[in-house]
Amino acid sequence: MVEQIAQQAMVVHGEAWTIKELFTLPNEYIYWSIQIVMYPFMTGLVAGAFVLSSLYHVFGIEKLKEIARFSLVFSFALLPVAMMPLTLHLQQPFRGINVLMTPHFTSAIAAFGIVFLTYASIVATEIWLVYRKYFVETAQALMAMPNRTMIDNFRMMVFQALTLGAWDISPEAVEKDHKACKIMAGIGIPVACFLHGYAGFIFGSVKANALWMTPLMPVIFICSAVVSGVALCILTYVIVQEIRKYMARSNMARWAKDSDAPGAEELEAIKHTEVMISSNYLLYFMIAAMTLEILDLIFRGYTQVKSWDILREVIMERDFTKIFILQYLIGNLVPFVMMILPGRTVRRTTVATVLVLFGVFMMRYNVVIGGQAFSLSFAGFMDYHLPIIPHDLETFKEGLFGALTVIVTPFVLFYFINKFIPAFLEEKSTH
Amino acid sequence: MKSHVWRPLYVVIVFVVALLVFRFFYVPNDFGSGKRGFMYSYHRISNEMEWKNQPAKYGVSGRERMHEYCSACHGTVVKVRTEKLHGIIPCEDCHGPAMNHPEKPEKLNIDRSRGLCLRCHTDLPYTTSERHRIPGINPKTHNTGVECVKCHNPHNPSLEGMK
Amino acid sequence: MMERREFLKKCILIVAGASVPISALTLIDPKKVLAANPDIQWAFLVDTNRCVGCGFCVKACKTENDIPLEANVSRTWVERYVYTKDDKRYVDSPKAALDGYTESRIDLGRGEFKEIDPKNVGKAFFVPKLCNHCSSPACTQVCPVGATYKTDDGVVLVDQTWCIGCGYCIMACPYAARFFHPVKHVVDKCTFCYHRLSKGLDSACVNACPFGARKMGNIHDPDDPITKIIMNERVGVLKDEFGTKPQAFYIGLAQEVR
Repeated sequence: MVEQIAQQAMVVHGEAWTIKELFTLPNEYIYWSIQIVMYPFMTGLVAGAFVLSSLYHVFGIEKLKEIARFSLVFSFALLPVAMMPLTLHLQQPFRGINVLMTPHFTSAIAAFGIVFLTYASIVATEIWLVYRKYFVETAQALMAMPNRTMIDNFRMMVFQALTLGAWDISPEAVEKDHKACKIMAGIGIPVACFLHGYAGFIFGSVKANALWMTPLMPVIFICSAVVSGVALCILTYVIVQEIRKYMARSNMARWAKDSDAPGAEELEAIKHTEVMISSNYLLYFMIAAMTLEILDLIFRGYTQVKSWDILREVIMERDFTKIFILQYLIGNLVPFVMMILPGRTVRRTTVATVLVLFGVFMMRYNVVIGGQAFSLSFAGFMDYHLPIIPHDLETFKEGLFGALTVIVTPFVLFYFINKFIPAFLEEKSTH
Repeated sequence: MKSHVWRPLYVVIVFVVALLVFRFFYVPNDFGSGKRGFMYSYHRISNEMEWKNQPAKYGVSGRERMHEYCSACHGTVVKVRTEKLHGIIPCEDCHGPAMNHPEKPEKLNIDRSRGLCLRCHTDLPYTTSERHRIPGINPKTHNTGVECVKCHNPHNPSLEGMK
Repeated sequence: MMERREFLKKCILIVAGASVPISALTLIDPKKVLAANPDIQWAFLVDTNRCVGCGFCVKACKTENDIPLEANVSRTWVERYVYTKDDKRYVDSPKAALDGYTESRIDLGRGEFKEIDPKNVGKAFFVPKLCNHCSSPACTQVCPVGATYKTDDGVVLVDQTWCIGCGYCIMACPYAARFFHPVKHVVDKCTFCYHRLSKGLDSACVNACPFGARKMGNIHDPDDPITKIIMNERVGVLKDEFGTKPQAFYIGLAQEVR
């Protein structure tokens, strides 16, 4: 019995989901599994959502006003989730703080903590600047309220704290907010691109890995990040608007009873313009991402360096379905055609965004898992089997349920953040 | 700096200072780089000593010294070995790690298994390898299920020395 | 207003003070350092011609360094290369050769095996492998927290109390010399038996090899017998294309050995 337990404990990290074939070195396993697929996917969403919101704030594309505000709040909700898969993946999650404590800057991962926190503070600052007026107004309204309940008191304290003591909401002060916000968004775009481009650098700079090592990797990652971020924002926006429309019709929500709340038709009209314009940007970035990815593939096939034999077998044979059918055909080509065909509707665009999101996820999967699908000896292969039913903490963390946890968290966070920082704020007065 | 828009910056500064103060207490103060520079040797210096101070399990080093070392006490047994054949095998390969054995002469865990002999004496048809020069048997047909030491004397493995 | 300025000044002082590591302030006397660390540069020499694939090295290594014998990872391992006369190549390393090679069939993974007709066997040989303790190790370069490093005497070590277990070094190593320790859950790798070297002993694998296929020496000492072999004979290294400058030298390499 004791021996049995000892035997079970001897399953080394990676063994549970790696199937080895032909000659692989004894220590080779798929060490970076589904959570590392989730990591660039989630940071990509953060970066993309932020870029979409900046289109309004920096370049003043007025028509994107509503979706911009929404994506700003949503990218804030996504922020902690960019860190989550990394923490779940660490073998020593409680030592994760070491990355901030003794950063070894020759490592691409070392800057993560710093870049991530910088980016987080930029997003938080921008939100504060956009919502300061709302914070002050809400706090003042709550303070003026005669009989406050416990919850009201709590909300009052939160909003008072959120104002950071800046109570001036004169038009001049608000104008200052707008200016500062524009500057922050301007700084934010390069930082967002850096946050994600360097996620690409983490992979692209691993010289031992024949599939990952290409200077195009960071650029490919940024482009696909924007693609996925914009797609997710459109999708979530449409869903949220549908819910609001439904509530407007049935007068369910409290705010819908307000006299100046938008009606169902008005919401439909706003949604249409917002979706159409943002999906144009989606198209531009998709073209860039696809071009670069295909360029990389063509180069590898044409130059045929030492690793090409094994890469060809992985790309063209073993992972053919995952790469060419799921990623390029279903995830890129089909939605692309759907969006460029004339008579585009919101519904068709929404379906396309779902496919785009799937395509970007498959791209991450094919890069991360595909890069570990062959042995460093170039004489063997490793097959990844996603653990579905967890039988211990590790197969939970690095299995289907771990990945689902990561996917669900931003929406849960968004729900709570939305309570204090409403993504759909109607500016009532002072225009 | 008087404008209210700088307030978030103050929050960030407070946060950074808190982090640096925490770092001051958290990071061991011998963290630094060796002569290989920051890229290859940024580490906690005292860790080198921790590795050096690990206890060793296998004892004396090298074939010659090993036999000398063991024969200091076990002279009669060690002499049995023939220099040519199994004399090249370090005692500890079969008798087990014996670092503290002279001080604490507990019985060593001797590996007498068939598998141990088969490491070298399984016949493999590799004529270009040194392996081919070692006499080999087919473990599937050669007295299956019997420990080799029942017939062969590991300290005097020539066929004349058979028990 | 003055108070705030004073406060800020003090803040800056604290921040600056906290960010300078104390080690940077201690002055080191070079003579003392030299006396404590004579000019040593450890290097490994593998003579593949002498290896018979007994796997005693793997067993000794795992025992010496507390790597569970049954765990399918190892700090060192032995590979078997079999070339058939009809120009096919087979390579395997079952259980990292912990129990040596006691079967002639080749392990193809997925529970499949290939029996090769003895008459068809062309050349066949064994290659012991371990961490190459590179001069420019890719693994230490990518560690985000400074938990793995190259010592002044040329050994690449892991600080297992500081390792966060991200696995980036495992990915960066072109030789797959690193793995996660199944009990400690941090990265583990060959240390050249640093604890043995410092006690004047050979590393466990060198010690255990009956055939002298594994040797170690100080490559900065011209009189060291191993240095002489490395300097005078035709030796090769594994995967030099990565620019890591491996310090494990091999006699009798074939181009398929990667």
